[in-house]
Amino acid sequence: MILFDRVTKHYKDGTPALDDVSLTINPKEFVSIVGHSGAGKTTLLKMLLAEERPTEGLVFFEEVNVHDIPANLLHHYRRKLGTVFQDFRLIPNRTAYENISFAMEAIGKGDDEIASDVPYILDLVDLGDKAQHFPHQLSGGEQQRVAIGRAIINQPDVIVADEPTGNLDPVNTFEVIEILKKINELGTTVIITTHNKGVVDAMGKRVITMEKGRVVRDDPRGHYIL
Amino acid sequence: MTVTLAIVGLLIFLSAILSHTLASIKDKVDVNVYFVTTAPESEIVAFQRRLAEIPEVERVTYTSREEALQAFRERHKEDQLTLQALEELGDNPLGASLSIKAEDPSDYASIVEFLTNEPPTAVDGATLIERVNYFQNKVVIDRLTQAIDATERAGALIVLLFALASTVIAFATVRLAIYTARDEIAIMRLMGASNTFIRGPFVVAGIIAGVLAAFIVLALFYPVAFYASSATAAWLGGFNLFNYYTNHFALFFVILVGAGFLLGGIASYFAVRRYLRI
Repeated sequence: MILFDRVTKHYKDGTPALDDVSLTINPKEFVSIVGHSGAGKTTLLKMLLAEERPTEGLVFFEEVNVHDIPANLLHHYRRKLGTVFQDFRLIPNRTAYENISFAMEAIGKGDDEIASDVPYILDLVDLGDKAQHFPHQLSGGEQQRVAIGRAIINQPDVIVADEPTGNLDPVNTFEVIEILKKINELGTTVIITTHNKGVVDAMGKRVITMEKGRVVRDDPRGHYIL
Repeated sequence: MTVTLAIVGLLIFLSAILSHTLASIKDKVDVNVYFVTTAPESEIVAFQRRLAEIPEVERVTYTSREEALQAFRERHKEDQLTLQALEELGDNPLGASLSIKAEDPSDYASIVEFLTNEPPTAVDGATLIERVNYFQNKVVIDRLTQAIDATERAGALIVLLFALASTVIAFATVRLAIYTARDEIAIMRLMGASNTFIRGPFVVAGIIAGVLAAFIVLALFYPVAFYASSATAAWLGGFNLFNYYTNHFALFFVILVGAGFLLGGIASYFAVRRYLRI
C-alpha cells in the first residue's frame, strides 16, 4: 500500500509543486493521474521514487517512510519499483536485450537467470524478434516497450510510469497501455500519469485529477475531466 | 596521468642525480690537519688511529712529509721560480698532514672540536698541530650543508605539489567521465543498482588508467634515458642515466605502477564520492 499523508512540496524558488496532497493507493490497483502540465503529477511520482523530499508531510510504502530510508539502503527500496518515462531513457549503445539484462546485472542477478528471464520478458512486450536491435533502430513504441520490459524484469511491486505514451502515436499508445494492463492483471500495481483522454476513458479504472498541486477529483471508475 | 607519472619518474631521476652530485661533492670535502715539521711520525700515526675511532669519522688519510713535498713539486713543475726557492731552502719545509673524511658534512664541527680540545702534544706539551684548514673550509661546508637541506626540502615540496596537481587532474577526469555517463547513472539508480555497482567501474577505470599511464612512462623512459645519458654524462660527472634506469628498473616499476594504481584509485574514489550523488 502506498500512502501520501498531507504532502506539500515547495521548490527552492518558492513555487509550490504539491499542496497538502493525501491519497492512498492499494496493491494491484491501476491508477491514472491526470492534470495539466505543472499540476504536480511528476513531482508526486518523484516523491514516491525518493528522488525528491517533501517539504512537509510523509510518504509511506508498505509501512515504511520512504524518506527515512538511509541513502545506502535506498537501492533496495527502488528495486520494488519499476519506472517508465516519457523519453524512454534507454542506454543508446546497448541492444534491446542488453538494456533489459542490464537491469538484472545492476541488482546482481546471475548469468543463468538473465539468460532465461530476458527472452521471456522480450516476448511479453512483443519484441522477441528485435532483441538485437539498438534503441535508434526501434520505433518509439518499441523503445517504450523495451523500457517497460526493463521496468518489470525484476518483478517490482509497483510500476511507476510518467507519461509513458506522451511521445507515441495512437497505435503505439494502445499497445503500451495493453501491456501495462496485462502487467496489472498479473498482480502489479500500476501508476501512470497521462495527458491522453482516450487512454483514461478506455481504461475505466481509478483516475486522480490534479490541479495546481492539489488533488481535485478521485474517481474509482473515472473519466478524463479537466 | 601519464604526464603526472612522467613527472614522478623524472623526480626519481632528479633525486638520483642530486644525491650522486651531493655524494661526489661531499666526497671532496674534507678537513686537513697540518702538523709541524718536527712532529714525529709515530705520534701522527697514533693520532690518526685515535681519530679513526671517532664514529663520525669515515676515514683518515695520512700524507707524510715526503709525499707532501712530492705533491708540491708535481703541482709546481711548471713554476721554476718556486722550485728554485724550494731547492735553496735545502730542508723539506712541508709538514705531514692528516686528511679527515667525515660520514656527513655536518659532523665536521664536532670533529674539529675534538681536534681543538684534545690536540696531540709533544713530550714537552707543545702542540704538534700547525693549523687546521677547517676554518677555511667551514664556510664551504656550511653552505653545502644548507644547500643539501634546502634541496631535500624543495624536492619534497615539489613531489607534494605535483601529487596534489595530479590528484586534481585525476579528479577532473573522473568528474568528466561521470558527467558523460550521467544518463546511464540515473538509469542505474532508478533500477536499484547498489552504490558499489555504480561507483565500482569508475574506480576500476581510474586504477586501470593509472597503471596504463605507468607502463607508458616506463616504456618512454627507455629511449629517453638512452639518449639523455650520452648527452649528459660529462655534465653529470660520470653519472649514467641509462645505466641507472636499467639497474634500478625494479624500483622505477614498483614506484610508478604503485603510484599510478594509488593515484588513479584514490583520486577516482574521492571524485566518485564527491560528484556521484546517489
